[in-house]
Formats: sequence, C-alpha cells, structure tokens
Amino acid sequence: MSTKTERIIGAEAVVRSLLAEGVEIAYGYPGGAIMPIYDELYKYQDKLHHVLTRHEQGATHAAQGFARTSGKVGVALATSGPGATNLITGIADAQIDSTPMVCITGQVASHLLGTDAFQETDVISISSPITKWNVQVTKAEDIPGAIAKAFYIAKSGRPGPVLIDITKDAQLSELDYSYEKCTNVRSYQPVPTTDIEKVKEAATLINAAKKPMIVFGQGVILGGAEQEFKAFIEKSGIPSAWTVLGLSALATNHPLNVGMVGMHGHYGPNKLTNECDVLIAVGMRFDDRVTGDLSKYAKQAKVVHFDIDPAEIDKNVKTDVAVLGDSKDTLGKILEFIEEKDHSAWLQQFRDFDKIEFEKVINGQLNPTKEGLTMGEVLQGINKATNDDAVIVSDVGQHQMMAVRYANFTHTRSNVTSGGLGTMGFALPASIGAKMGAPDRHVVAIIGDGGYQMTCQELGTILQTGTAVKIVVLNNEFLGMVRQWQQLFFDRRYASTEMTNPDFVKLAEAYSIPAKKVSARGDLQGAIDEMIACKTSYFLEVMVEKEDNVFPMVPTGASVSDVRLE
Amino acid sequence: MEEKKLYTISVYSENNLGLLNRISTIFVKRHINIESLTVSASEIKDVSRFIVVVKMTETAVKKIIGQLEKQVEVIKAYYHTDDEVIFTENAMFKFKSDLLFENPQIQNIIKEHSMNIITVNRTFFVVEKTARRPEIEAIYKAFEPFGIAQFVRSGRIAISKEAMNIRKILGEIVQ
Ligand SMILES: Cc1ncc(C[n+]2csc(CCOP(=O)(O)OP(=O)(O)O)c2C)c(N)n1
Repeated sequence: MSTKTERIIGAEAVVRSLLAEGVEIAYGYPGGAIMPIYDELYKYQDKLHHVLTRHEQGATHAAQGFARTSGKVGVALATSGPGATNLITGIADAQIDSTPMVCITGQVASHLLGTDAFQETDVISISSPITKWNVQVTKAEDIPGAIAKAFYIAKSGRPGPVLIDITKDAQLSELDYSYEKCTNVRSYQPVPTTDIEKVKEAATLINAAKKPMIVFGQGVILGGAEQEFKAFIEKSGIPSAWTVLGLSALATNHPLNVGMVGMHGHYGPNKLTNECDVLIAVGMRFDDRVTGDLSKYAKQAKVVHFDIDPAEIDKNVKTDVAVLGDSKDTLGKILEFIEEKDHSAWLQQFRDFDKIEFEKVINGQLNPTKEGLTMGEVLQGINKATNDDAVIVSDVGQHQMMAVRYANFTHTRSNVTSGGLGTMGFALPASIGAKMGAPDRHVVAIIGDGGYQMTCQELGTILQTGTAVKIVVLNNEFLGMVRQWQQLFFDRRYASTEMTNPDFVKLAEAYSIPAKKVSARGDLQGAIDEMIACKTSYFLEVMVEKEDNVFPMVPTGASVSDVRLE
Repeated sequence: MEEKKLYTISVYSENNLGLLNRISTIFVKRHINIESLTVSASEIKDVSRFIVVVKMTETAVKKIIGQLEKQVEVIKAYYHTDDEVIFTENAMFKFKSDLLFENPQIQNIIKEHSMNIITVNRTFFVVEKTARRPEIEAIYKAFEPFGIAQFVRSGRIAISKEAMNIRKILGEIVQ
C-alpha cells in the first residue's frame, strides 16, 4: 500500500473515499451540518453524480433501488437532525431486505454534542437496531478508515445498511489523507466456513427424497448464485418455489419454477409445503408471511437450510441439516454429490394445483369477463410489451402482490420491492435508483394510488435527472390491501381506506412527464406499448376494479395448506 | 413446555461506544428481562466482556447468541448454566454507627458471613460481601430488622470452566 498522503479537509476526504470505493452515484439532500461535504461534491461533480431527491426517504429508497439492480452499494447522504431521521424508514427497509447501503449523515460540531444543539439528533442510537453497523466520526483523520470499513461491512456476508455520522468539525479540519480498502474486521466473520460434511449430509437427504421441494429467497441473488442454483435444480429435478424477494433469481417460465410461497403465493407450493418429504430452503429466512402458522408448517418434512447467516438457522423453523456459507459456494459444492433425478410425477402435483388456481383465480385476472380492469391484465400487458424482461419495481399493497404474481422475468435482479418492511412509498424513488443501476433496461414502477402519494414528490427528481422510468399507478381509489382485510375480517367496515384522489395525469404533466389515463380495456395494451416505446419517463394511470381482492390467500394465523382461493 | 433456566451469557466484543446499546436492544426487542448486566475489560487488550444473566429456555438463549454474534463488533458469545461457570456477586450495606453498639447481633452477622468492613466512622459504617445470590439474600434478611441505610448489589461476574479461546478466534478471523 502506498503511504503517500495529502493534506486535505475531512469533507474532501469523504468524497475522495467514496470515489476510491468506486461510487459514481449518490442520492441525498443537503443541509447545514453536511454543507462542507456538498461543497466538495460540487468540486467533484464530474466524477461523482449527486442526485438531489425531494426527501431524504427518497434518497434511501433510490439508493436501495440502485443497489438491487446493480449489485453495488447504494449511497445516501443527509444532514443532521430531520435529515437524518428522514433516512430511518429506508434504513430499516434495507436492513430487513439485506440491501447494501452506506448512509452518511452530517452532525453538529463535536463540542456541541449532547447540548441539544440546533438539529442535533442522536442518529447513532436511533439507527442502531436497524443498521448492520454504524459509527460516529468526530476526527477528520478517522474518516477514510470509517468509510472503508463501512463499505466492506455493507457489502460483505449478508449485506445491509451502515451509517456514518460525521461531525461538522471533522468535515472541516485537515487530515493526512490516504486510502486503504478494508479487507477484514477482526471481530467480524462475514461468511461462515462451509462444512463439507454438511454439504454431503444435505445431498444424502436430497437424493433419498421422493417429494422434495425447494423454496429459494434473495440469498441466491445476493450470492450471485443464479447459475449454480439452476444447475442444482436441473440436476436434482426438484420443483422450486420462490419467496417475494427470491423472485427473478430463476426465470419465471423455467419448467421447475412452481411459483410463489406465502400469504399470496400460489396454490400448489403452499399446499404441497405440507406434503413434501424434504424441504430445501435456499437463502431465505422463513418469514411469517411465508410460513403462516409455524406449528403447522412442513411438520412432515426434513428441512435442509442453506444460508450465509448462522442466526437464521433454527430461528423460525427447526432444521435437520444446515449448510452454512455463501450460496454460490455451497450450491456449487453440492452439485457433484447430487444424483440426477426426475420428479415429474411429483412436479405434476404442482401443475394439477396450478390448473385449479388458473380456473378459480388467474383466468379471472387475465381474461376478465367483468367490465372493470384487473391488475393482472395490466401486468400481462407489460410482460407482452417488454418480452418478459422488464425490471419491475413495486410498491406495497394489492398491486404489489399482483405484480409479483403476474409479472414474468427472464433476468435476475429484476424484481425490486419492499418485502420485509412493506414500505408504502418505496417504489417511485426506488425506480429512479433501479433505472440508474440498470440504465439499459426497461424499469417499470407499479404503484397503488395510496403509496404513490407517499413519495410522489420524487417526480421532481425524475424531472431534474431525466430518468426514463415508467410509472404505472393502479388506481382503485382505495387503500386496497387494507380494504381487502376490512372486507374479509372486519365485516366490510371500510374505515379510512377510501381515497379521493387528485388528477394524477395533471400532476405528472406538471413535472413535464408524458401522461395518460386508461379506463377501458380496449385502450390498455396500446397505452402500455406507447409507454414502453417512449424514450423518456412516462406516467400511466390505470383505473382498475375498485373492490377486487388478491387471491390465493393464507389468512394470518392459518396454515399454508389452508390457503384460500376465494 | 421447555423449562426456563438461568443462563450466564458472556460476550466478547470490541471496546466500542455504541455496542452496549446494540446489545441491550437485542434483549429489549424480544421482551427478555435482563437479570443482571456487567461490562468490563477482559484478558485481552481492547476487548470488552459483557456478562448478561437471563432466565429463559435453552432454545431461546441459542437464538439470542446468534443475534449477538451477528453484531459486527461482537467477537464471540457463549451461554452457560450455573454449573458451568464460577460466578459471584458483590454486595455493600451501610448502617448508622449507633446500631453497631446497640445491636450486638449485627456484629455476629458480620462475623458469621466473614464480611469485610470497608469503613467505620462516627456516623456510619459500610460492610461488604462477595458471594452468590442466596448468601447475599440471607445476609440482607438478617440485617433488615435493624434498618439498612443503603444496600447495593452488583451484577453477576463469571468465569467459565471451559476455555474461551478468544485469542485463537481473533487470530483466525484476521488471517
Ligand atoms: C408506510 C406504510 N403505511 C401503512 C402501510 C399499511 N398498508 C399496507 S398495504 C396498504 C394499502 C396500500 O394502498 P395502495 O397504495 O392504494 O395500493 P393497493 O393495495 O390499493 O394496491 C396500507 C395502508 C404500509 N404498508 N406502509
């Protein structure tokens, strides 16, 4: 390592350190305590593109969207106090969805810490439970080391958000700058060592299985293990179902892809979870939305769990064999011990359930006979217009479940959604980052009329940056998902879920975004095609059936095999 | 139902400002009552040692260990039953000095339990005992009728019978 140093101020060291980490895009919002850093961003603007979002929450979601499509670390900046607290939702979202993100906040000068100074907030304490790591820096000379450590921690092992809080005096005082990337932290083992005996044990169980089933999560994507995963399932012939975050790791039309598990998952995989003899979980964490009632979840099955995080093993579901390690490595290793198998009779059981689900649920969504438009047909139209190859960024609610159920995918890292936290308002800012992380792809945001109004100020960011995201608002004039629960479990008492909405087309047009509203089936595909063909951003509002419900559904507290079709 | 037991959790960690907060959050978030918590230096320079005593099932304590070890700055966490550790607590009692002369039983209690007299002056005296909880509670009961001016008991400190191998672990992660 070179020991050559330069005398610069802390704020410049921040920007130089980001550049040393290969950062080209950062999202943020300025304010008093971070102004020295913004002053340096001004100087380095041709090397580091700073995107001014319209709210700090938007900065975090954009950074998340960027990280999810690009596989790189997302970066968000904010000032102290309200700037820092506005980051919290996005940080919590990134933590629960294992998204690598580095947040940098300005802080009041160190001599003011603890005095309730103007815009002083203890963001370290506030963010502790929702960050993988955080640190306050009060000395300029500690900046490069803190940033190096932050990037290493954010992206290694199970990724997650980290936060660095830098006092204003540290930004303004000088240091001898040199940069060295962090390659280890002595108390931290990002990837547990894989025990080859466990790999063999897992293979033995899998080889002996008559009715094996795989449930895969985002761990496949985060480990970059899509090829290894595909080779593993193709050799073993095992039907494979995905969690919301695992979606797009395997092409939706793959013959062994049997759909989604969980609350609004597909009929077959939910039913057959309670019939399989070996359940193989890959990079997933048995979230309650996936398992339903744990005491009635896959009790008959032996469970094999592949994960990078030892704390996930036995957390919710007792495992028979745990294979710890990086998914690319463990799935790569197990392949040679796996016997080639054909499980077509067992696979057929999934397909038989598919038929029932198609008749009872899917057909009505895709080939509706009623007048009102369905969310499913909008997604089908997008599949058609993009050859099943768009990045779909969904918000939270019925439209999200419809998006993950009906969107088709051929490429990995194409499904961007707030899974674990379920953050309404995620999609619009996330789509901006997603497009910047995958500039050559179609990026389509699917948003409800409710969630859209949580962060629609980010239309300003789209206007200013000219980011060509396609925004689809599925307008049912309701907080649809909550209304569905009110209908099913609260005797149709629609408390505060009906929405009187503004003219969304005018709103988009106010930001110079081409916009259209569709209410009739005959106009739908044409409008979608026009949107996809458009070189710039585009806003499409689709008026959908007001009181449609998402099915199948595993009601809270029920067993997955008690999944309801109506 | 799995039985709840007293477990001594030992956490070796980097000596970091915010870590106490992170560690206590892990317990608070899960509604686990901390019976006692002690933070101190350890046998290794710049490595802190937390001793947390909790009453819970073994299944639950295993999960807590997983969550603790997940913290970047935690080097290693262990849990032990009372049989597996050497442990003790420290208690101090303060009395008005007059009592010493008025109640000879007080002196007997002090002798009986081999307590240390830390200070005696005209107005008050302070005695101390390092022992396990039952003995400290017995002393408390014995003193109680005479009027204890102040009482304090430390959290448990404990040393495991088995080796902890922290130096070895630190060495392994570095290479
Ligand atoms: C920030 C936030 N607040 C509240 C909720 C609870 N919630 C979940 S879905 C939903 C309704 C979403 O309505 P809309 O955005 O119109 O989408 P739809 O369900 O109608 O498709 C609500 C309020 C949430 N997930 N996030």
